[in-house]
Amino acid sequence: MAVEYDGGVVIGADSRTTTGAYIANRVTDKLTRIHDKIYCCRSGSAADTQAIAEIVAYQLGFHSIELDEPPLVETAANLFRASCYRYREELTAGILVAGWDKRKGGQVYSVPIGGMLVRQPVSVGGSGSTYIYGFMDANYKPGMNKEQCMEITAAALSLAMERDGSSGGVVRLASISEEGVERRVILGNQLPKFSTH
Amino acid sequence: MIHIIFIFSKLFGDHSGPIDGSIVTTIIAIEYDGGVVLGSDSRVSAGDSVVNRVMNKLSPLHDKIYCALSGSAADAQTIAEIVNYQLDVHSIEIGEDPQVRSAATLVKNISYKYKEELSAHLIVAGWDRRDGGQVFATLKGLLTRQPFAVGGSGSSYVYGFVDAEYRRGMNKQECQQFVVNTLSLAMNRDGSSGGVAYIVTIDKHGTEEKVVLGNQLPTFFDQ
Repeated sequence: MAVEYDGGVVIGADSRTTTGAYIANRVTDKLTRIHDKIYCCRSGSAADTQAIAEIVAYQLGFHSIELDEPPLVETAANLFRASCYRYREELTAGILVAGWDKRKGGQVYSVPIGGMLVRQPVSVGGSGSTYIYGFMDANYKPGMNKEQCMEITAAALSLAMERDGSSGGVVRLASISEEGVERRVILGNQLPKFSTH
Repeated sequence: MIHIIFIFSKLFGDHSGPIDGSIVTTIIAIEYDGGVVLGSDSRVSAGDSVVNRVMNKLSPLHDKIYCALSGSAADAQTIAEIVNYQLDVHSIEIGEDPQVRSAATLVKNISYKYKEELSAHLIVAGWDRRDGGQVFATLKGLLTRQPFAVGGSGSSYVYGFVDAEYRRGMNKQECQQFVVNTLSLAMNRDGSSGGVAYIVTIDKHGTEEKVVLGNQLPTFFDQ
């Protein structure tokens, strides 16, 4: 998931990759760097999303050299959308593009399966996301600061990991702002607990 | 148990449903010290059409025992009618008000025996003298008592919310607000849920039915 705040974005993901019922990687890093201040959160087929992310990172790097300045988040999002839409029949990729640029500050763009592009203040994706739509609708308020965004992201991911069999492991968080990128890991025993029985 | 409930909801949530008058919905029941609160939305869809936008899915099984209907409309209503009759007979035989567990067991027996033919999930909740307020889930023929239960296609979207917000020891007003908030969130996200919210509160003094109209439901940041 990814959340905008005034001055940047906070992105977060779980760390589980499964092949069927086997957890192939329980410490995956699904927050992938596309450029210095542009990251993407990958969901769906790991192979598809890794391939697309590499291609977009290359295209964006080239574009940024031509421009001679850091690229816009919207540009990165459009590059993702171009690939995801053109090859929509062959791909299973749900991607959140988030980052900071000088023109529009922190931005989150959602490129779900099918290849549409929409900017949203907060976006969730992946199989566990259905369980936290209600939680996010209720708890997100526009104008939160960075720490609040980190907390709500960690809480939402914990709740989803608790309910979704395909999500689990640790919570990886990153915040992107003008100052740079700050990464954090929250281990399983440090996650917020919401046990109900 | 909860694991099974969410798989069932996923089965019903991902396509536009059978064209035979299904309820694919959001239902919730929660117990508090002294009673229970049940809530449901009011939409009945058949394929892509809404065939009834004001259906009350909280159906009485007895004076102080209600059930919340979800899944196929025909199946759910029929189970509720049959159990209503069986409970009447049972309560005459024992000479007093039936227990909530008895009602839930009757529902469970039908759901389990005909599990291949039926596709309905009823949440049974009520108040009796022995154990106070109780909520039972009867999905696919299991029987389990829980502090609260959610069901229907819209429930997938609010699992995170109810996990985070539920606390033990809430009082009646807090439970009613919890139910209204949950229904509102689910109705916003689930295409098969909508309309108005029906709330039923059962305690030892009686049963109170309430309707919260669409424009009185709580709104959230993107509305």
